[in-house]
Amino acid sequence: MFEPKIIGFCCNWCAYAGADLAGINRNQYPPNIRMIRVMCSGTIEPLYVVKAFKEGADGVFIGGCHPGDCHYQSGNYKTQRRIVLLKRAISEIGLDPRRIRLEWVSAAEGQRFARIITEFTEEIRKLGPNPLKLSGVENGI
Amino acid sequence: MESKKITDKKKLKLAIGLGSTCSGCDIAILDLGVKLLELIGLADIVFWPTVFDFKYSDLKELGDKEIDITLHHGTIRTTEHEEIARILRKKSKVLIAFGSCSCFGGIPGLCNLTDKKQIFDAVYGENLSVANKENIFPEEKLLINKNKSITLPHLFDTGKTLKQLVEVDYFIPGCPPPMQLIEGLIPLMKDVLGGAQLPEKGTVFGSKKTLCDECTLKKENKMISKIVNPVTAIVDPERCLLEQGILCMGPVTRGGCEARCINVLMPCRGCMGPGPETEDQGVKMISAIASILGVKDEENLTDQQIEDLLSGIKDIVGTFYRFTLPDALLNRKVKERR
Ligand code: SF4
Ligand code: SF4
Ligand code: SF4
Ligand code: FES
Repeated sequence: MFEPKIIGFCCNWCAYAGADLAGINRNQYPPNIRMIRVMCSGTIEPLYVVKAFKEGADGVFIGGCHPGDCHYQSGNYKTQRRIVLLKRAISEIGLDPRRIRLEWVSAAEGQRFARIITEFTEEIRKLGPNPLKLSGVENGI
Repeated sequence: MESKKITDKKKLKLAIGLGSTCSGCDIAILDLGVKLLELIGLADIVFWPTVFDFKYSDLKELGDKEIDITLHHGTIRTTEHEEIARILRKKSKVLIAFGSCSCFGGIPGLCNLTDKKQIFDAVYGENLSVANKENIFPEEKLLINKNKSITLPHLFDTGKTLKQLVEVDYFIPGCPPPMQLIEGLIPLMKDVLGGAQLPEKGTVFGSKKTLCDECTLKKENKMISKIVNPVTAIVDPERCLLEQGILCMGPVTRGGCEARCINVLMPCRGCMGPGPETEDQGVKMISAIASILGVKDEENLTDQQIEDLLSGIKDIVGTFYRFTLPDALLNRKVKERR
């Protein structure tokens, strides 16, 4: 069976803490996500997401604090706008925008975190492998 | 110290070769005017098919590394372009990607949003002005009689930059390159003749800063509340265009053109390619625009309002990668398997 590779970027203060709580509570979720902790979702450059896809990720998860809760005031608002544009850009390139998922997860939402990651993993499983693995100039001629 | 001299000749040999080009780059070189005479004084032109009557056979007759400097313009779109690029590399000491097409893929590189079949279907079939009832499509090989056939080059699905094919020594970006950069060829040629230290391999000619740095418009507060259309907008000629809501690629584009479009109040479309330290012009622009658009009152905007605001940006890939799609990280549309 196809096992999706998912890269997750989670902000230190909420989403990552939420993931931690899921661990402490033993909320189960699939092991397909490789998580990278960042200080704020606002530090996640669209470049990182695109690079993850370029390197073969099948999905990219981005977790930040709920609106109003960003520890740097407004990082997550910026992230939201970036991701809206980035989703449009990747769909123009022929990648399904559902391969990017942005969620706000608080430090208290361990169970919710586990549910979102389970859902997302199943969604990516349905979408199948990242088609870029077979595309691009490198093997595009 | 060991001599850096790459030639002992009194006069250089210069070639100007091409891929898929609009020839604007040739015209830009001709626009050197009187300086063209100086250039010809420094170098004999051994290949420049757009301007003189050169044939590919002339090029093939030259020895390896016999050409001192080659300027290559145009995107790599066909087997012919590929062959010429490889020959030019083999025969040249210094190979320069000249113009945005050769450096980054350029406008023809937007072909990476489609493929050969879609292009042929449109051009020879679906376009309203086309009458092709018999469904005749160009063939690469045409049999004239039993013993004779003629062939056309094969068109690739994907446009490439010169660097994706062969090693490139220098890059002179711009569509076409700005005059001040083209004039820079003359001191470069003198350096080659005189054996002076040449720029480091891989040098991109142009500014080491972004376009905004050399743009003289007043910058006050980069926060915008909506995207406006430069054609219909009433523009304040003193103030940064981006601050007025006009999509200007200045923040993510290399300087070096002295903001020639801004000076006539047209926003920058990014022809000089990614700014220094910028890996990918388009995603950098996504990041830049998302950081300044809709910031005011952002905590009160609904998801739908955010979508509506951003819908003012049409055709993201065509706008933010207008000159650099083949050079981007995601450099072609995902191919459907046929
Ligand atoms: S860089 Fe611009 S001017 Fe030069 S060949 Fe390409 S499209 Fe034409
Ligand atoms: S965004 Fe455009 S108009 Fe504004 S400073 Fe930069 S180059 Fe000039
Ligand atoms: S202003 Fe922008 S589009 Fe115009 S020449 Fe300069 S880099 Fe190119
Ligand atoms: S700190 Fe969590 S999104 Fe900014």
